[in-house]
Amino acid sequence: MEKLIYEFDGGAPVKATQGPAIVGVVGSGNLEVLVEPENLGGRCVVEILTAARGFGDIWKAVLEDFFARHKLADLRISINDVGATPAVVSLRLDQAVESFLGGAS
Amino acid sequence: MRDWNIQARSRQARLARASSLAKGKEIGAADVAALLEAVLEPGDRVCLEGNNQKQADFLARALADLDPEKIHDLHMVQSVLALPEHIDVFERGVASKLDFSFSGPQAGRLAKLVGAHRIKIGAIHTYLELFGRYFVDLTPRVALVCAQAADRAGNLYTGPNTEDTPVIVEATAFKSGIVIAQVNEIVETLPRVDIPGGWVDFIVQSPKPHFIEPLFTRDPAQISEIQVLMAMMAIKGIYAEYGVDRLNHGIGFDTAAIELILPTYAQSLGLKGKICRHWALNPHPALIPAIEAGFVESVHSFGSELGMEAYIRARPDIFFTGADGSMRSNRAMCQAAGHYACDLFIGSTLQIDLAGNSSTATLGRIAGFGGAPNMGADARGRRHASPAWLKAGREARAGRNLIPRGQKLVVQMVETFREHMQPAFVERLDAWELAETANMDLPPVMIYGEDVSHILTEEGIANLLLCRTDEEREQAIRGVAGYTPVGLGRDKAMVENLRDRGIIRRPEDLGIDKRDATRDLLAARSVKDLVRASGGLYDPPKRFRNW
Amino acid sequence: MNSYYEASARERLRLLLDPGTFHEFLPPSERVASPHLLQLDTPAAFDDGIIVGKGLLDGRAVLAAAQEGGFMGGAVGEVHGAKLVGLLERARDERPAAVLLLVESGGVRLHEANAGLIGVSEIMRAVLALRSAGVPVIVLDGGQFGCFGGMGIVARLCDAIVMSEEGRLGLSGPEVIETTCGVEEFDSRDRALVWRTVGGKHRYLLGEADALVADDAAAFRQAAIDLLDTKPDLSLEALTAEHERLGGRLERFGACRDALDIWSALGIAAPEKLPLLEADAFRAAVAGKRA
Repeated sequence: MEKLIYEFDGGAPVKATQGPAIVGVVGSGNLEVLVEPENLGGRCVVEILTAARGFGDIWKAVLEDFFARHKLADLRISINDVGATPAVVSLRLDQAVESFLGGAS
Repeated sequence: MRDWNIQARSRQARLARASSLAKGKEIGAADVAALLEAVLEPGDRVCLEGNNQKQADFLARALADLDPEKIHDLHMVQSVLALPEHIDVFERGVASKLDFSFSGPQAGRLAKLVGAHRIKIGAIHTYLELFGRYFVDLTPRVALVCAQAADRAGNLYTGPNTEDTPVIVEATAFKSGIVIAQVNEIVETLPRVDIPGGWVDFIVQSPKPHFIEPLFTRDPAQISEIQVLMAMMAIKGIYAEYGVDRLNHGIGFDTAAIELILPTYAQSLGLKGKICRHWALNPHPALIPAIEAGFVESVHSFGSELGMEAYIRARPDIFFTGADGSMRSNRAMCQAAGHYACDLFIGSTLQIDLAGNSSTATLGRIAGFGGAPNMGADARGRRHASPAWLKAGREARAGRNLIPRGQKLVVQMVETFREHMQPAFVERLDAWELAETANMDLPPVMIYGEDVSHILTEEGIANLLLCRTDEEREQAIRGVAGYTPVGLGRDKAMVENLRDRGIIRRPEDLGIDKRDATRDLLAARSVKDLVRASGGLYDPPKRFRNW
Repeated sequence: MNSYYEASARERLRLLLDPGTFHEFLPPSERVASPHLLQLDTPAAFDDGIIVGKGLLDGRAVLAAAQEGGFMGGAVGEVHGAKLVGLLERARDERPAAVLLLVESGGVRLHEANAGLIGVSEIMRAVLALRSAGVPVIVLDGGQFGCFGGMGIVARLCDAIVMSEEGRLGLSGPEVIETTCGVEEFDSRDRALVWRTVGGKHRYLLGEADALVADDAAAFRQAAIDLLDTKPDLSLEALTAEHERLGGRLERFGACRDALDIWSALGIAAPEKLPLLEADAFRAAVAGKRA
């Protein structure tokens, strides 16, 4: 297992009334993404625990693009990954944010 | 004076040696080894019918079990090496030279024996090339073929899996060769005659029915949301754009996803009757919902598919069927149809390089080609026009001082990463290394970059027809290569420029909302749904059931 | 129509209960995950593969648990088991109309076998205690991984089982039987054989499943509503009668080699046609003929 942490600055705060949201399943080629509001001084913090070692550069690129799409602040995103491809990771991240902003949990 | 009849006299001598074994044309299963010893001579060129699906497995076993002291150095010519026996004949010293097309299941053993100098490969072909050479310089002396049934006159009924049998028998029988057929049963009257008895010398009823592999069944349950998204892009960004009406699909979940969203997504775009009416295609079960929805007008097939028999029989307006009601396939005809009469080929691959060359070669496996290169190549001899062909030709030739000509749409459809995070885009194909280690003349390229018109990934579509320089082409490919090292190495400004010019199109550029890409779009989400869609006519093999 | 088979555990709960009424206990944000898996360098899930909580079904208060087959085949580890036991014990205090178990599990999680085994035995005890307190426990089984091992036993300890044809219920899974007894005894790749042996239709015909529904979340919901008024009967007479029924079943079908033989013996006209029938047609075809 490998633990990766990435932080992003410069996002816009989201309404604090939202509760946490989770999407995905911890199964082969898949991942779960938990999105929680938290006072992080305006940062968006992404913490990943992955079964596939050595893909830090790809995670970084995927998350940079994700953050460019969604510019969120004060958000903690926690991921348990079992070797999902970047396409699946991007999809789950978008679904998680949509679920979070939609208020469903 | 030259003897002009050596082949026919050789044939007569061989038949004479076998005459005591046969009752009419019938040979007992126990006498097959003796028959082969009688008609074969060392160094003979032998075609053992190994198709994609049906296999002359009983004859293959008998051939592999021959005494190499008596029969050796055979030159095997066959389209597919599917069974262990196809390699055993070399391992045991019965055969030494091989010309073939595809060896998927035996690719590893083949590579080992080639490395150990136990097999000398003449060449690795596409199907049409190999069939062509059967009539030029690789004509078999003896053909060992496979059919569903025979009558006592030697007429053969192939059933729906006609596949390669006609081309093999024609090449052999009309050049004084000897044709031996294994059949599942010998009957008084055949449902129909696929091979005239006059072209067949011996028939043997095999102890067990011949092996057939269901190769084209893809369980819709395994299709992912990403594949649905890519299928949406294929339909909206390519099929609708060019008006693709005649086409071939490669095998795989990517193309099955396209077939399964025709009645839903393509229907919602108003494309019924405008795209995908005529197919050169194996009878994919995944096409059933589109057929039932009225999208499809005709399907001609290379071979059949287990479980589809009753469905095909009940849809004679769609499939090519005989007077008996069962399908007649024909690999040679369908390959020709796919090459010349289709406007589009779409298929998947393992690796694509920066020039768009694609390959399924991996180290330690000599897998060969099969039919994809014939489907996935511009038909340079084509002369008839169609809107899709003309539009592709216009795009490729715009701004250049060239006489008008069309071009085939050849689409490579891949997710940027395969399982276990293997990138589909690479700087250098593994095919180069395989060519060096296996001493091949050329790296085994499945589809040449110069023939590829579009590359479709989950990130978007790269239209290579519109690229004007090698550099543009490379950046267009990098621009859809996602987070692979090739994709991360893109020139971002140039990729954005290509996007502005419509050479790269993202889902949002096509008006596709990724959130719509769910499995709910699939007209069937399980094999059972396919059975339902067929009105209970499709009878899938047991391994695909969960009921 | 929403496929129950394809839905995740969370989606199943959302589709099963009255909209917006589900409240999760120990949600993922609490991070009550397996302490063992990470030590074994294996990915863990924030909810340990089981969602427990309360909600309304047809306006009536229920407690519910859903196992996620996509995470380790829904296998029962220490936390997973404890969450389920806790839910069952809570039901003894709260007295909901029923407890719904949306099972999907291969049984005990091998990575934490001892804790998982203890967990399963505690679940069994808790189910029986709850039933004796008069709260019915209803099992829904229609997921991709079926219900096997210890969870197979748990399911049969409950008051009622709702299955779809795609659902499977058994003790040893098909692969385990093949590995132990040989492919001649049971070919786990013969999926038609697997489903007619452990699938929903056979379990319904044997009387082990109480309802057989289409693979549709709405059908599962309706079946669960219909079973809400099931009253647990753990009296000695009821148990004796059940044992007699099971003994009689063994006597009647013990010599059968295949489920098809049993279906024939039940007097079903064209048993080979049963697997193809949709749920409604199937129930009609076997009405009055179940063991």
